[in-house]
Amino acid sequence: MEPLIHIANLYKSFGDLDVLNGFSLDLFDGENLVIVGRSGSGKSVLLKCIVRLLEPDSGTLQVLGQSVPALSQYEMDHLRTEVGFLFQGSALYDSMTVRENLEFPLRRHPEKMKGHVVEDLIVSTLKSVGLAHTIDMMPEELSGGMQRRIALARTLILRPRIILYDEPTSGLDPITAKEIIELMLQIQKEYHTAALIITHDMDCARVISNRMIILIDGTNYAEGTYAALSKLPDPRVQAFFK
Amino acid sequence: MPTTYFQQSALRRYLAETGEVWLFARRFFREAIRRPFEWRELLHQCYIVGNQSLFLVGMTGLIMGLVLTLQTRPTMEDFGAEAYMPAMVGVSIIREIGPVVIALICAGKIGSSIGAELGSMKVTEQIAAMEVSGTNPFKYLVVTRILATTLMVPLLVIFGDAIALFGSFLVEHVKGEVSFRLFFNKVFRQLSFGDLIPATGKTFFFGFAIGLIGCYKGYTSQKGTAGVGRAANTAVVVASMLLFVIDFIAVLVADIFFDL
Ligand SMILES: Nc1ncnc2c1ncn2[C@@H]1O[C@H](COP(=O)(O)OP(=O)(O)OP(=O)(O)O)[C@@H](O)[C@H]1O
Ligand SMILES: [Mg+2]
Repeated sequence: MEPLIHIANLYKSFGDLDVLNGFSLDLFDGENLVIVGRSGSGKSVLLKCIVRLLEPDSGTLQVLGQSVPALSQYEMDHLRTEVGFLFQGSALYDSMTVRENLEFPLRRHPEKMKGHVVEDLIVSTLKSVGLAHTIDMMPEELSGGMQRRIALARTLILRPRIILYDEPTSGLDPITAKEIIELMLQIQKEYHTAALIITHDMDCARVISNRMIILIDGTNYAEGTYAALSKLPDPRVQAFFK
Repeated sequence: MPTTYFQQSALRRYLAETGEVWLFARRFFREAIRRPFEWRELLHQCYIVGNQSLFLVGMTGLIMGLVLTLQTRPTMEDFGAEAYMPAMVGVSIIREIGPVVIALICAGKIGSSIGAELGSMKVTEQIAAMEVSGTNPFKYLVVTRILATTLMVPLLVIFGDAIALFGSFLVEHVKGEVSFRLFFNKVFRQLSFGDLIPATGKTFFFGFAIGLIGCYKGYTSQKGTAGVGRAANTAVVVASMLLFVIDFIAVLVADIFFDL
């Protein structure tokens, strides 16, 4: 089976700081792949390379069979509608209401409406994340957990095939974090998306992952299911499971 | 040689930044003519720019007219030339003081708010979020704001000039019993196209500079929330300096073409 995302030997450094040192991964359809790594190990950098917010120095980087660094701006913008990105801090547009937040990408990609009415799509997507009643609220009126859900709705509205989650549970209390994890699982069933999830929340990793990669020193240090990795005797891997 | 090293690197930074602003401006022109246009957001930004500064510009204009007239009147009286007051005040407000003072007010008010708004959108990754949803934040945020300031600052200057002339009239009316009609007759008889065209023309460049610098500083701001404050601050400082440079060039050009 063709992977949705294929990364091989990816390198990225900032000046003297080598962040990614030959990182590789394959994300397959229907899969939840979790990447864990310590703070500052380059997890966000990896995701940003995938959507070309950052340019990698070298290596192969293919999304849906297309080589990301080689695409024109127009082709890239089209590809980006197939890849949802949930930011670490939600990144809702704070001068717009919830409705306008969801409308913003949709109005600029009318081909994604597929004959539906904008309002219906907005309402049904908000219902999927359980927040239909917030449609006329401003982001600042919402709690952190609700903002995360709206941000997820905003990426879902374009019906992406892949969702990249940058620490979906960071900054949330354990109960809200659990709700977000359940929501992610429900979304995957409802919208049939594959997900690349970055986290250092091991509870989240255990519940959601089909497969895990441990990112250390900019490489895939270890790879396998949660159960397999948790039994690995390597102390650097065990440090994550304590 | 720490001093020379510092001077060198400061100069290099200055030149590098000038180059970047230049590229930013070029990108603006390229994206501004490419469809689709963000009409609704452009109108919204025009409204915000105008609405935000209307009161301030009006107040400044009024005080400017009052003070200028109150201060020059005694001198003119000494020469027995108080009949020339409207003509003199009119020319100085419309040609120079009005555009420059009001553009400076706009640089402070509009430039800083654009710098802070885009800066905070940048550091909270809202701009990146627009990008990864396959939309064009430069077009939505930058093009609309620069166009809005380019269009609105000239209108604000005209509005401020009018209020300033009215302020001047109030003083003349009280001190010299000049009627409304006589005052404005004298003002407009003195003004020629050689005064109006360059004076209005340069305000478009003022507006462009305010929008460009505000957007550049905000859109490229870095280093967390401290960067937002710095973006707002430097936007005002750089735009204000640029206004004087543009004014100087405008005066030179007007001098050549309109033979003042
Ligand atoms: N645009 C950039 N310019 C320079 N250095 C950067 C840039 N982005 C990230 N870095 C550096 O790359 C390293 C990895 O950053 P990254 O944000 O990927 O960490 P992370 O693994 O996501 O950490 P966290 O869990 O705290 O989010 C950090 O040392 C950071 O300082
Ligand atoms: Mg991160």
